Amino acid sequence: MSSAKIDTMTQPDEHLVGALAADLDAGFIALFHAYRDVVFSTALRITGRWADAEDLTAEAFLRAYRALTGYHPDRIQALRPRSWLLTIVLNLWRNSQRDAARRPLAVPAEQAPDPPDPQDVQRTVNERETDRELADWLTVLPADQRVAVVLRHVVDLPVAEIAVVLGRPAGTVKSQISRGLHRLRELYPAAEQRGLFPSDPTEVRR
Amino acid sequence: MTINNHDNPFPDDLEPGADALTAALARLAVDGPVSVLDRIAASMVRVPSPVGDLFVASTDEGIAYLRTTHAVQDSEAEFAKLFHREFARPLIAAPRPPAGLLPALHQQRAAKLRFDLTRLSPFEREVLLAVLTIPRGQVRPYAWVANHIGRPTAVRAVGSALGRNPVPVLIPCHRVIRTDGTIGDYVFGPVTKRALLDAEGTNIGEIYELAQHHVHYVGSDTTGVVCFPSCPNARRITHPHRHGFRTITEADAAGYRPCRHCQPTAESA
Repeated sequence: MSSAKIDTMTQPDEHLVGALAADLDAGFIALFHAYRDVVFSTALRITGRWADAEDLTAEAFLRAYRALTGYHPDRIQALRPRSWLLTIVLNLWRNSQRDAARRPLAVPAEQAPDPPDPQDVQRTVNERETDRELADWLTVLPADQRVAVVLRHVVDLPVAEIAVVLGRPAGTVKSQISRGLHRLRELYPAAEQRGLFPSDPTEVRR
Repeated sequence: MTINNHDNPFPDDLEPGADALTAALARLAVDGPVSVLDRIAASMVRVPSPVGDLFVASTDEGIAYLRTTHAVQDSEAEFAKLFHREFARPLIAAPRPPAGLLPALHQQRAAKLRFDLTRLSPFEREVLLAVLTIPRGQVRPYAWVANHIGRPTAVRAVGSALGRNPVPVLIPCHRVIRTDGTIGDYVFGPVTKRALLDAEGTNIGEIYELAQHHVHYVGSDTTGVVCFPSCPNARRITHPHRHGFRTITEADAAGYRPCRHCQPTAESA
């Protein structure tokens, strides 16, 4: 969020877009590795399903590549890759949601089990369950709030960048984040009872 | 800008981790699986073949594109350029060839390989899958392919579909020749086509000679079976028992049945 943080983010980006402009294919592989975590995490927490997140990630990077093949090197140099990739992810997801809504009889695919996160072993069972439930609750948030919360708190984007990605004013983004967090606390009485997410967050900050 | 910041209970400057919910949300970030890259990028290898080295590109669907190094002036960049005309995917050098590629090239049998034919029309796919059934050392006329896919009048279209074969050598469009016994066109030129057929031990000279005498099928009077002249069953018929036919209809009238191995089909009227 601080300008210092944004500056450190732009350093690798300059290198990446330089590599893309010089050699699109090799540069693109570097781009994938630099942003696969943030793209996949966003896709996973928005769709709620591992297989859908893989589809969305693959499709987003393919779209990105196709777009880059038509870009002038100057345009590539001016890219903010993270914001740009996330914009593509969210557009694809919105389109797929719209398509799915037009096919009300479509049977949902079998939920692919999420592979265990290697960090899980270091966590308490309680924490793991809480995270799994929280991931489920995220997917029932209204889309705008879910996207805003995921971008801000799961993948840690600054509000200013979220505003760019979503094409909305920063104030709108902030209010969507805050409504999303508020709703999550409401949706989650069980966790609240375990004392994990106090219902009045102002208590936490004191 | 929207203005309900004053009653926002979670101002944005709240540090993540300051609260259990945002800390739990931060834990929901995961590592993006590297395997997804296989669905995005294609891989390229250089492998030996009977007609010199080949560049071969593969996607997650299978082998997608092949050119002889000769056809691209021995240049990876030129190969990549041709690949990118057909596939909007990054192409990267792979450390090793896809499973089955080297044995398939060595034995010139590719029926078990997986191919990425997703960019082709259904007709083109059918043509190539039919060609994939032609065994090493044998050839079929264009009309056989057309018959085989149930489109006996589409002989010319078969020719164009073979010309667009993205994976020549492996899908053996070089094993399809003209009814007059000449070898016909090839994506890498007739010299390479002839070299591939010779490397496979095909009796292409004999087939040409027979065709000059309007013999397109060979039957044995001991077995009563009629074959394409390149069929092993035809090639082992000794001279006194060999009978040539212009058409399968003619062979049928003489009491011969089509070979089950090379499956010559009755020509379209």
